[in-house]
Amino acid sequence: MNVIVCIKQVPAKIKIEIDPKTSALASGGVDRAINPPDLYALEEGIRIKEKTKGKVTVLTVGPAKADESLKEAIGYGADDAVLLSDPAFEGSDTWATSLVLAKAIRKIGQFDLVLCGKQSIDGETGQVGPMLGEALGVPFVSLVNRIDELGQESIKMMRMSDEGHQLIEMTLPGVITVVKEINVPRIPSLRGLMAAKKAAITVWNARELGIDPATVGMAGSPTRVSRVFFPQRASQGEMLQGDPESQVEQLVERLRQTRAI
Amino acid sequence: MTSDGSGDIWVVTEQRDGRTKAPSIALIGKARKLAGERQSRLTAVCLSQVVEDAAQLAAYGADRVYLLDGPVPDDWNDDAYVKELVDLARREKPDVILATSGSLSSSVIPRMAVALDTGVSPNCISLDFDHQSRMLVQTRPAFGGSLMANVVFPNRRPQIATVRPHAFKKGDPDPSRQGEMIRVDFDRQAVSAKTKLLNVVKDLSGKVRLDEAEVVVCGGRGLGKAENFQMVAELAEVLGAALGTSRPPVDDGWVPYAHQVGQTGKIVSPRLYIACGVAGAPQHLAGMQTSEIIVAINEDPRAPIFEVATYGMVGDLFKIVPLLTKKLREARG
Repeated sequence: MNVIVCIKQVPAKIKIEIDPKTSALASGGVDRAINPPDLYALEEGIRIKEKTKGKVTVLTVGPAKADESLKEAIGYGADDAVLLSDPAFEGSDTWATSLVLAKAIRKIGQFDLVLCGKQSIDGETGQVGPMLGEALGVPFVSLVNRIDELGQESIKMMRMSDEGHQLIEMTLPGVITVVKEINVPRIPSLRGLMAAKKAAITVWNARELGIDPATVGMAGSPTRVSRVFFPQRASQGEMLQGDPESQVEQLVERLRQTRAI
Repeated sequence: MTSDGSGDIWVVTEQRDGRTKAPSIALIGKARKLAGERQSRLTAVCLSQVVEDAAQLAAYGADRVYLLDGPVPDDWNDDAYVKELVDLARREKPDVILATSGSLSSSVIPRMAVALDTGVSPNCISLDFDHQSRMLVQTRPAFGGSLMANVVFPNRRPQIATVRPHAFKKGDPDPSRQGEMIRVDFDRQAVSAKTKLLNVVKDLSGKVRLDEAEVVVCGGRGLGKAENFQMVAELAEVLGAALGTSRPPVDDGWVPYAHQVGQTGKIVSPRLYIACGVAGAPQHLAGMQTSEIIVAINEDPRAPIFEVATYGMVGDLFKIVPLLTKKLREARG
């Protein structure tokens, strides 16, 4: 079974700073890592490959240095990795990112299942998975927490819904997003780490993907960030003093005043 | 209002058991204000024809209510919803489509956007029209709520945004307001069945839904063991709150994952969040720091949770929490 896992490289720490001059995110010099929710997608992809004697290809859209995250993915057990990188992709929103991923998957050609994490910890949109499904014109299921049956033609799985869980059957090929509950990611083996070190990461640019640069990046994205700013804390917090009785009394009084209860 | 509907605002509402969910009603109220600012028509779109409170949607501000779907309300049929919404939007060309974040936001809304060749600004907490550009300015948190971004759609339409529950307060209904009710029958045969719902498992471990709750009571590692969650569950019950937890109790198997608040769990933004024995790791704060009022109870005065707390209580949670539950129960009579 041919599995494709899409990952994102994100800042390893979520403490961020804004460049006061350009109001852009100051990301230079920040440690970067695989988006933690994507590790569950990667692990599930590797498990499917092991069970079906298949292949896992990892994709990411990002700058040249995103190849470190792809090498890391090979360390976990992915077979192949492609970096989708081009200055034209810079500033792509979720729509344009999905378009680039869809073009790359079409270029790969043969695939059965595409796995994505639930959302990234930086942008927090959770939109690329579903958008990719639609861009590829294949079925899509979100928030999968368990795969029950995986056949040649279809997959049966549990997903989290608003009211609990749903058992869904989806025809293949298709795209799913997974949540943390689905597995416990492994630790890379020594052999994996060696493979990661030696791995040559393929890079595809806009031309190789057959993408018109005007349709992606800042210019081609439907949405644009017009301003970034730090949220204002409404007020400094108040520490309630005294013994538990008195603390509880103060709290109830304040919650009443603010009509929170 | 322009005749081709190009100024129209739509709100895709969510129903459960035939009733519209509270966050959808609140969003209608907000959209009414936006529509009023520039004399747009407001349309509420229901993904079901069995909507007992459809007249209420008009009372809260909808000029029209679209009732989509066949006569049998389905628990889940994303493929059909996407197709119906796309067909309708292609025909009517709304300027803005809004929905609450949640399960619609994880599938139907972004898929609809791609089919309409436009984007989505998800999980917004504020929406305003820029009157000069006539664009909708959509403010959304990122990086775990430590950063805000304003998002606009310079040239694609519709402008699509999902909003967090409780981002807007429920408006006042005007029962004399009348709306046009329009049933849209849908040809199910036209949707190829690539996905099929086989079974539904209702979650019985919590009566109140975490991402919709107005009040969340959260128990952390400080509770010590699974049995002690009963104590926070009682507080949650008195408050009509949803029960949340942080990562360690989930990893230790004390509480199901569906209750986890944080970066790899659910991101919540209730009116009141009470954290009991939660240290406040960055990944937890990322899931709750946009809550309106945060109460933190922890024995360690240096716990990071106090940095985001509106009201902090340093002390023994095994004393404070039962006292609080008792006091609130007495107050309720």
